[in-house]
Amino acid sequence: MAADAHQAKHFEEGLKGASETVAEFHETKSPLKRIQHWLHQTPSAVPMIVLVAALIVFGLLSDNFFKAATLSTILQQIAIVGILGCAQTVVILTAGIDLSVGAIAVFSSVLMGQMSFRYGIPAELSILIGLALGTGMGAINGLLIAFLKLPPFIVTLGTWQVLLASNFIYSANETIRSADVKESAPALQLWGLSIQPGGVRVLFAVFLLIVLVAIMAYVLRQTAWGRHVYAVGDDPEAAALAGVKTRAVLVQVYALAGFFCAIAGWVMIGRFGSVSPTASTGQLGNIQSITAVVIGGISLFGGRGSIVGMFFGALIVGVFEMGLRLVGTDPQWTFFLIGVLIIFAVGVDQWIRKAAA
Amino acid sequence: MTREPILKGRNLVKRYGKVTALDHCDFDLYPGEILAVIGDNGAGKSTLIKAVSGAVAPDEGDIFLDGKKINFTSPIDARAAGIETVYQTLAMSPALSIADNMFMGRELRKPGFMGKVMRQLDRPAMEKFARAKLNELGLMTIQNINQAVETLSGGQRQGVAVARAAAFGSKVIILDEPTAALGVKESRRVLELILDVRSRGIPIVLISHNMPHVFEVADRVHVHRLGKRLCIIDPKRHSMSDAVAYMTGAKVPEDMNEFA
Ligand SMILES: Nc1ncnc2c1ncn2[C@@H]1O[C@H](COP(=O)(O)OP(=O)(O)O)[C@@H](O)[C@H]1O
Ligand SMILES: [Mg+2]
Repeated sequence: MAADAHQAKHFEEGLKGASETVAEFHETKSPLKRIQHWLHQTPSAVPMIVLVAALIVFGLLSDNFFKAATLSTILQQIAIVGILGCAQTVVILTAGIDLSVGAIAVFSSVLMGQMSFRYGIPAELSILIGLALGTGMGAINGLLIAFLKLPPFIVTLGTWQVLLASNFIYSANETIRSADVKESAPALQLWGLSIQPGGVRVLFAVFLLIVLVAIMAYVLRQTAWGRHVYAVGDDPEAAALAGVKTRAVLVQVYALAGFFCAIAGWVMIGRFGSVSPTASTGQLGNIQSITAVVIGGISLFGGRGSIVGMFFGALIVGVFEMGLRLVGTDPQWTFFLIGVLIIFAVGVDQWIRKAAA
Repeated sequence: MTREPILKGRNLVKRYGKVTALDHCDFDLYPGEILAVIGDNGAGKSTLIKAVSGAVAPDEGDIFLDGKKINFTSPIDARAAGIETVYQTLAMSPALSIADNMFMGRELRKPGFMGKVMRQLDRPAMEKFARAKLNELGLMTIQNINQAVETLSGGQRQGVAVARAAAFGSKVIILDEPTAALGVKESRRVLELILDVRSRGIPIVLISHNMPHVFEVADRVHVHRLGKRLCIIDPKRHSMSDAVAYMTGAKVPEDMNEFA
């Protein structure tokens, strides 16, 4: 009886005189391990290195590359994909995926346009309505995923088709011409305006993208909500047991993604001038934004990566497109190289995740 | 014993499809005690503590805290009531840091404008607190409180989870096999911590397969078998082999509740 317990304590006598430190956190330090550990802590490092390398290579290959106008054009080209990438980032951080981002963007832009032109609502109010409706579309994705527990891939594959079809039906496939927008609802084209410091045209849309990325970088790193987004993507069950309202976080994430998509829709009007239900973003926006996210080093398995990485990922795509065009190769090389980069990025992600061991 | 239990379960039932994990189970935890819960694998111990800590909703039965019927719908509710649990799976986010994990769901915000309006986390305060709590547990040589939990060993993770519960539990602390992955030294620290928590007047539920540990620290032993409480024994009046015989069904206890 009590002797049992005494016996049991006995073997621990050997502990006396042993070092009093418990569970030391040894830092293993082979150079490769060190790199792995550093990448583990700094997930945006890989895309940044690739970006700098691409800039140097294209700078050497083409004299025209390092011109302010070229660089400004690259930023302008990635504005829409980058904003959709913000949406895709928060979703993928929760281990989800959003195939409907392009559809929400196009439908929201059409709704903003039609509010003004069909119903005569002031442009500013139309924009607010469009933003709210885009947020609502995202929230529907979130509700289906969080409460009906349907896989995000399936839900957004469905809403992508439903929203894009609704967009065509509602708009009767009609485009609102740029000149009309300019004349009666110029607020819709806000993000197409530009400033010209030193003669280089920089679109408002570029500033918007940078501000959105900066805000989201802050929110994801510096607020409790941001930490919860990562926790939900990392291990949802553990997050729930640790006190995270996982379903609420999921709904908020998809709603926020919808909001970003609607902003992207507004920017589309500025970039293209017209309001077009057939804009290619509806079909391609999802793949382009996922590409930026993946090249940006964000793990498709959730819980890892940074939105700054996504920004670099989008820039890499833009730099490749522009660089290869200036060098004068077949544009197909862009897609070829982007494809290689995607596989490389996922390979690196797998390797970094082994740093755990 | 005339005192009222601080945490009480009556007639708890929880089914998973065809499996009945809890089969009309009772549970009592008295103020200031260490209650050990022992039982075979699959007996339903983890399900029992999940039911009283809000992690699963029982299909039937009632739970009382301080004599008042409660209805936790999530672990957040239980935590708000001062019940802190170390789940068997530890409930940690592997990619997040030690400090992030310790404060998950109850983060500290900076004072003033940055915290109130900008919702900025007070990382220095959280890191300082986390480091202090790990030191108390003897996990003192942590260089980097910002390292991801997944870079820790199983024992270290368990240490962090125990530190988290001990730091925040104000009413009841529940530990589901807290020393399973720990070495001899670390287990000893956890036992010391358990005794220390009790000396602060906070009762503890300890699920463990380690009979020497159970018999060393427990005031009462709840023997769980086939989804319900088989008996409650006094560790001073029974041997470990008796306890093992009861929980495996090799022997039937004469007295179902020595404390009745
Ligand atoms: N989430 C679940 N889904 C299905 N069955 C479960 C689940 N959790 C526990 N069970 C079953 O309930 C029974 C009791 O499990 P558990 O409470 O974990 O036992 P213990 O902690 O005593 O080992 C087991 O048969 C187990 O398989
Ligand atoms: Mg268990």
